[in-house]
Amino acid sequence: MSVTQADFTRAMMDAGQAVPDGLTDHLAQPAGRRFSVYRNNVAVSLTEAMHSAFPVIAKLLGKQNMDGLAGIYLRQHPPSSPLMMFYGAHFPEFLEGMEQLKHLGYLGDTARLELALRRAYHAADAAPIAPEALGALTPDALMNTRLALAPAVQVLRSPWPVHGLWRYNTEDGAPKPEPQAQDVLITRPEFDPIPQVLPPGGAVWIRALMGGAAIGEALEQAAAEDETFDLGATLALLLQGGAITGLDSKG
Amino acid sequence: MSNTAKSLAVAGAVAAALTAASTIPAAAATKEKCYGVSLAGQNDCAAGPGTTCAGTSTVDYQGNAWTLVDAGTCEGLELPAQADGSARSGSLEPLERDLPA
Repeated sequence: MSVTQADFTRAMMDAGQAVPDGLTDHLAQPAGRRFSVYRNNVAVSLTEAMHSAFPVIAKLLGKQNMDGLAGIYLRQHPPSSPLMMFYGAHFPEFLEGMEQLKHLGYLGDTARLELALRRAYHAADAAPIAPEALGALTPDALMNTRLALAPAVQVLRSPWPVHGLWRYNTEDGAPKPEPQAQDVLITRPEFDPIPQVLPPGGAVWIRALMGGAAIGEALEQAAAEDETFDLGATLALLLQGGAITGLDSKG
Repeated sequence: MSNTAKSLAVAGAVAAALTAASTIPAAAATKEKCYGVSLAGQNDCAAGPGTTCAGTSTVDYQGNAWTLVDAGTCEGLELPAQADGSARSGSLEPLERDLPA
């Protein structure tokens, strides 16, 4: 009797299950031990993948805890794509769902930041506009201009100091994170993604732009969220990050 | 605020952003890929799992492994001399020296 793919997969992800019947090697001998070796390799390599995917989470929790969590995660969420660099997409919600980690509320958003950094790293290249092109528009035209943003641009909003946590755990001598909410902008001006803290309202403004709003409409949404919204500071972060790739003033 | 006042305020903010973007260096000081300067297993790459670029150099100062350094500093990095006494320096191109056996 041959083994179905479903049986094979089920046994692959659960060491408590028996080796499926009917597996043979090239000499038609039973291949049960080979299956066990393969099963172990799958779990170990996915555990290693989780360590390199979430270095800050791994550092915060320690190797042993990370190994244990990865072992549970990889069985609940085996890879659905061969693109391993995107593995772990469900990890933030997984962390937030763990009863034992409830007291570490910031883990989920920290994992979201690590995922966003990887998405930014692998996003397509895009040439930024010359900043002067914005300065050349009349005030009225500016209000009705839509901005195209680079595929690498990511915005993350968090009630936790995620940027501070990330820096504290990746950079030698970085300051201890202060308890505060942080919205983070990720741009990729050169080779590596750069996370930066957005001023209040900045995340609303950029998300409105991403949704197709013109500068003026997006400004109203941002000012409705926080009347101190600083358009100049937010726009400067986008320009410095090479994040604006096109202007559309047609309205 | 009238619409005119709003658009003038936006124009002012854009002008401020242009000045800020041109005078303050981007958060990342400009970097360059520098070959032959990283210690074994410590070469750079933020690519994540399933990729083979980060931390895969196996000898110190491996010539074909790179790390990001501030632009303009790569070729001036001071490194220990090679076993035969000849000087080692970083390079913007991959090097033939210190390759894994």
